[in-house]
Amino acid sequence: MKARIRKLATVVEETRCEMGQLIDPPTRRAAAVAVIENPHAGKYVEDLSELMEIGEELGELLTRRAVAALGIPGPSAESYGKAAAVGENGEIEHAAAILHPKLGTPVRKVLGKGAALIPSSKKRGGMGVVLDIPLGHKDAAFVRSHFDGMEVRINDAPRANEIMVAIAVTDSGRPLARVGGLTKDQIKGEDGLR
Amino acid sequence: MPEVQVRKTLTSVEEIFHEGGPVSTTPSRRAAALAVIHNPFAGKYVAEISGFMDDLKPLGLEMARSLVAALGGDSRIVEGYGKGAIVGSAGEIEHGALWHVPGGYAMREVLGGAKAIVASTKKVGGPGTRLDVPITHINASYVRSHFDAMEIGISDAPRADEILLALVMTTGPRVHARVGGLKASEIKGEDGLR
Repeated sequence: MKARIRKLATVVEETRCEMGQLIDPPTRRAAAVAVIENPHAGKYVEDLSELMEIGEELGELLTRRAVAALGIPGPSAESYGKAAAVGENGEIEHAAAILHPKLGTPVRKVLGKGAALIPSSKKRGGMGVVLDIPLGHKDAAFVRSHFDGMEVRINDAPRANEIMVAIAVTDSGRPLARVGGLTKDQIKGEDGLR
Repeated sequence: MPEVQVRKTLTSVEEIFHEGGPVSTTPSRRAAALAVIHNPFAGKYVAEISGFMDDLKPLGLEMARSLVAALGGDSRIVEGYGKGAIVGSAGEIEHGALWHVPGGYAMREVLGGAKAIVASTKKVGGPGTRLDVPITHINASYVRSHFDAMEIGISDAPRADEILLALVMTTGPRVHARVGGLKASEIKGEDGLR
């Protein structure tokens, strides 16, 4: 692997009831996170292709881990999202290089489809910084029940010379979705939007 | 005693490859199982609460088993453990103490007769409160390489009338343990201490 990984983490969250309403089956979501060395920490580097390749590797590794943590086949995933936090000696563009050019293709390969844009967020921060990974339906971005977010944090990451990269996958939308809009059974799945 | 109502669960696993030193060939892993339950004693002083400990036993077992599963399914690889609780603002610290018996019992049961006391901590706090759960060796509390801690928490828990319960297991020592003391290989295993 190109990425020098210090630590990997997976988180699975399962909601069984909300506001006294039983959620059956429970809504479930998983995030897989990698803490890697930032090869460009502390200096300005024009060519970010190494980070783009790292993004490609992590796209596959983290999606596989998230799906395995949910215990479902990739195509059964319903929504997804990605995020990165760059340690203080890096720049926000390092997160962009990992997340945007090459990470999506292997994610979609593991999940079977994925016509929709993978929603993303990025920031620079110190150890323990909170990443709110945006979530959207993987085949139709306008599915309103699946707009959501998942918080992840690792108390000792990212160090100054590190980058924390996260991918979140769900098998469901919000637990008590009831604000209308496009529903998942209405998806046409042609343009990634509806 | 009232029924245990679980709102949400969270399982997280960390896999640690290095921390600036030699990369470990078998990365050590740490896992936490969290459950957010309704606090049946919230908002009032209830004198007799100890019966609730028995009610928590099945949940404790479920959490301990989910930890072993998250670590690969073989309980023999577990070397360290710990437990903790965060009580929501309408409860009291004593409600957190209800977790000592069922949490500890569950891990001993699943790990087959671990000898050491289960290290623990607890506090009262709002949603998003973090808790550093202490970890020690399962058979001898004085094993220095296994003194550790894992930070846990959930952004939306505990609400005022909830308790967040935590169990933690690890598969080995700190990644670059080198400060001497009793070694795991030197355990006598008679008193749970050495």
